[in-house]
Amino acid sequence: MSNLVKNIIRFILFIFVQVFVLNQIPALHHLVNPYLYYLFILWLPFKTGRRTLMFLALFIGLALDFFTKTPGLHAAACVLIAYIRPFVINVLISHEGAEANYEEPTIKSMGFVPYFTYAAVLTFVHHAFLFLLEALQFGGMWYFLLKTLLSGAISLLLILITELIFVRRQRFRTNTA
Amino acid sequence: MEEAMRNLFLFIRRYFNFFLFLVLQVFCLYLLFNYNRYHNSVYMRVANEVTGKFYSRYNDVEYYFKLKRTNDSLVKANEMLYNKLKQDFEMPDTINKTVNDSVKIDSLLKFRKYNYMAAKVIGNSVILPNNYLQLHRGELQGVEKDLGVIDPNNAVVGTVIDVSPNNTIVMSLLHKQSSISAKLKNNGESGTIVWDGLDPHIVLMKEVNKSVKVTKGDSVVTSGFTDRFPYGLLIGRVQQVISEKSSNKYLLKIRTAANFSDLQYVYIINNLQKREPAELLKKAQKTNE
Repeated sequence: MSNLVKNIIRFILFIFVQVFVLNQIPALHHLVNPYLYYLFILWLPFKTGRRTLMFLALFIGLALDFFTKTPGLHAAACVLIAYIRPFVINVLISHEGAEANYEEPTIKSMGFVPYFTYAAVLTFVHHAFLFLLEALQFGGMWYFLLKTLLSGAISLLLILITELIFVRRQRFRTNTA
Repeated sequence: MEEAMRNLFLFIRRYFNFFLFLVLQVFCLYLLFNYNRYHNSVYMRVANEVTGKFYSRYNDVEYYFKLKRTNDSLVKANEMLYNKLKQDFEMPDTINKTVNDSVKIDSLLKFRKYNYMAAKVIGNSVILPNNYLQLHRGELQGVEKDLGVIDPNNAVVGTVIDVSPNNTIVMSLLHKQSSISAKLKNNGESGTIVWDGLDPHIVLMKEVNKSVKVTKGDSVVTSGFTDRFPYGLLIGRVQQVISEKSSNKYLLKIRTAANFSDLQYVYIINNLQKREPAELLKKAQKTNE
């Protein structure tokens, strides 16, 4: 399957899962608001340019926003994580050339610990920015901090489960072949 | 001069991504804060039509699983209406006699104040800090902005904030900007209903004077001060009375009468007589300026 088709399918699936599953299930607690849709941004290929990343993030954010009637809220958080994604990847990639040899950030291509650090950093940045924008309208410091921590932890757990169930096979590509 | 221009362009090119990031952020925040203040943008009309298609597909399935509870609530609503029929009342007194109303239905039309429109709920959330309902009925079917919305058992649900040709967005009581004028049914003391974003079954009633007696279980109804809701629609019942130490007001925790997670049908209330008082008020405000 070509990369484009694969990512279009992912886009649609992630939005539907977020809108019709995660936003519909009764909340565990009012501070727990799990998100999974931004995994789309985390799974984009290494070679995606930063501008493309930001525009794709804007699109998926706005797509979710139109369902939750909060135009700009998720889009702003997504654009932020798309902007910092390349920095995080550069810092975390341990072995030389993982970007050249593999297509996307996965557990296999980056290693378990670096991959989860990457997911955790972007998760907490995403949630922090999202709930900060929310807290500007109401709530307060503690609401913001607790909600970021708890929701972030549950979202990370969801990401872990997703990674375990849907293992993305990655071909090892070499320059020599 | 040329040197400076060249440096400026180099600077912009070097940090192009950062500037693009800033531009996109400003764009997003503009959309966000603009929508929260004014809810009638052109792009949201299109977006609502599109999301409405998906939501109604999803609701076709969801509705099936909630048929039983929907049916129960309709039976309850019918029971209430049956108990209001004329034949339910009989007086043993012969002085009183029943007279047929001589006013023709036709001539009643101009006295009609409230018109109820049924609408199917297709999108709904209760877990977000700002919750909206999406209804499958819109401008083409007679819905306007700023109309009140109630559930089949006459419990307040929210206010229409955005209308597109076939879809309506309702700000539910479970929204941080929702504010509805309410009264305690017992003593007529008024206050404002808001939501703190915590529990979808609990809303707060603010600005209730400590001089009145409030007990657990008291009904809270709409005040009829605004043109959206007639007087006396149930909002909920008092669950807890909190006495604010720094002021002479009570904060009441109200258990909502409407079950927001179970809504399948709602009624939109159109006030047909709202124009005249609104114009009068405007005129009065103008003379005062």
